[in-house]
Amino acid sequence: MEAHSSEVFVIGLTVFFLACIIGYYVVWSVTPALHSPLMGVTNAISSVIIVGAILAAGPLGHDTSKIFGIIGVVLASVNIFGGFIVTYRMLSMFKKKPKKEQKDK
Amino acid sequence: MSANMVAVLYLISALMFIFALRGLSHPESSRLGNIFGIVGMIIAIITTLMFKSVLSYVEIGAAIIVGGAIGTFIALRIEMTALPQLVAAFHSLVGIAAVFVAAAAFYDPASFGIGKIGAIGKSSLIEMSIGTFIGAITFSGSILAFGKLQGTVSGKPIVFKFQHHINALILLFITFLIVIFCINQSPSIFWTIVFVSILLGFLVVIPIGGADMPVVVSMLNSYSGWAACGIGFTLSNNLLIITGALVGASGAILSYIMSKGMNRSIISVVLGGFGGEQAASNSDGNSDKIVKQGNAEDAAYIMKNADSVIIVPGYGMAVAQAQHALREMGDILKKEGINVRYAIHPVAGRMPGHMNVLLAEANVPYEEVLELDEINHDFPMTEVSFVIGANDVTNPAAKTDETSPIYGMPILDVERSQTVLFVKRSMATGYSGVDNELFYRDNTTMLFGDAKKMCEDIVKSLA
Repeated sequence: MEAHSSEVFVIGLTVFFLACIIGYYVVWSVTPALHSPLMGVTNAISSVIIVGAILAAGPLGHDTSKIFGIIGVVLASVNIFGGFIVTYRMLSMFKKKPKKEQKDK
Repeated sequence: MSANMVAVLYLISALMFIFALRGLSHPESSRLGNIFGIVGMIIAIITTLMFKSVLSYVEIGAAIIVGGAIGTFIALRIEMTALPQLVAAFHSLVGIAAVFVAAAAFYDPASFGIGKIGAIGKSSLIEMSIGTFIGAITFSGSILAFGKLQGTVSGKPIVFKFQHHINALILLFITFLIVIFCINQSPSIFWTIVFVSILLGFLVVIPIGGADMPVVVSMLNSYSGWAACGIGFTLSNNLLIITGALVGASGAILSYIMSKGMNRSIISVVLGGFGGEQAASNSDGNSDKIVKQGNAEDAAYIMKNADSVIIVPGYGMAVAQAQHALREMGDILKKEGINVRYAIHPVAGRMPGHMNVLLAEANVPYEEVLELDEINHDFPMTEVSFVIGANDVTNPAAKTDETSPIYGMPILDVERSQTVLFVKRSMATGYSGVDNELFYRDNTTMLFGDAKKMCEDIVKSLA
């Protein structure tokens, strides 16, 4: 059991460092003009923690753990919907505007 | 659903999140990126709902609907100028959600496959308490950052004696608590860790002042990612680990870019207390110098006769909500055949990219909005620089005066243009408390007044 859990930890650690490196390169390629939407979208995706909250809220019955899980689901949902929508609002402002009459040169 | 199937679906979801960030490399691809993010999240949630142990669909569904409705309502209603505080508030939710998930795992370890109550594996306990610790700090730190940005709490840095020593002691105490927690697995120790971490979060953000907020907001962004990571390790969930690492890296890079934009180390920003106290030292020499004042008509006349104008917006533009009036002014100038561009300093505003969003909101095409590196060499060839709501980021003292607190900070070289029009409410110093020698230069004309009103008046004079 002990050997197994340390193996799981090392796999997690491998995934962690590789993800950090991917994050590093991907984020540096983000154009500075979009740094605010970047914060919005990272905010939304970090709420993937809802996965843990759903697992806690999953079982039938009403124990402490389940209540914490439900609260977690509510909080994370606020963030998921709020984060993606506010990012969407920001990004739609960066749409190319159809030029009106004045673009003569 | 088999464990392998779950792992594959989580992997797809993680890849979607990577594409979501990748999409932000260009405005044109960014909206598709956001959709990738949403799809990734839907896959993650549905996959988790398919777990055998997940049975209470009604409660979970209701929780998602309630949370989703609140989130949607807030996100649709929020003014673009209030984005920084919204983001801070959202960070606090991620932090507290992490605490709740860790608490749930602690009270019902069997559901997460990490042992039984009172007999949770040591490594799980360590991961759990680290996730809790970071989550709680993110929660309270973000709440305070929200208060400072919203104006409910004074934006001034609050410093007191032995501040850093106290923080270090608390950190030591938390480490001690975590060790005890791993040994006796007591709920009371768990909650002590939560509350002491919340206290530490407040103390960490308290000494950090208004204009350092871009760094703080990015840092809290980073923390919220590491908190998710900590929970991911606790639950041995690769999706959480990957996403947490992406978010953590993103926040860390933004913090780095922001502190570089102020020529300060992240450490010195974190330790805080910047601004205000140096105010007296530099300003006395300038009190009798002459300032050239102008009004909207002068400004309109000067710009109408120029070939090129660079507009330099700052936080003051956001406060005055002047972006629409400013864009209108820019449009009229463009119609006259004048080359109008916008120059953005990395730390302008209260969050990374704040100015870009506000200008985009006012329908300024993003091709006209340039970063410091892209536009700085164009100032000598520019006739008019129109500075609106910015101050410290244009102060030439950053290049020449070694004693200045902002020495070494990269600035926009507006003083190299033929004429500088400086819109400002009063002669007050900027956030750094440093007087701006630019005000006293021969080629500078000060336009005193509210930024929005000034732009509207200039528009009237131009018409």
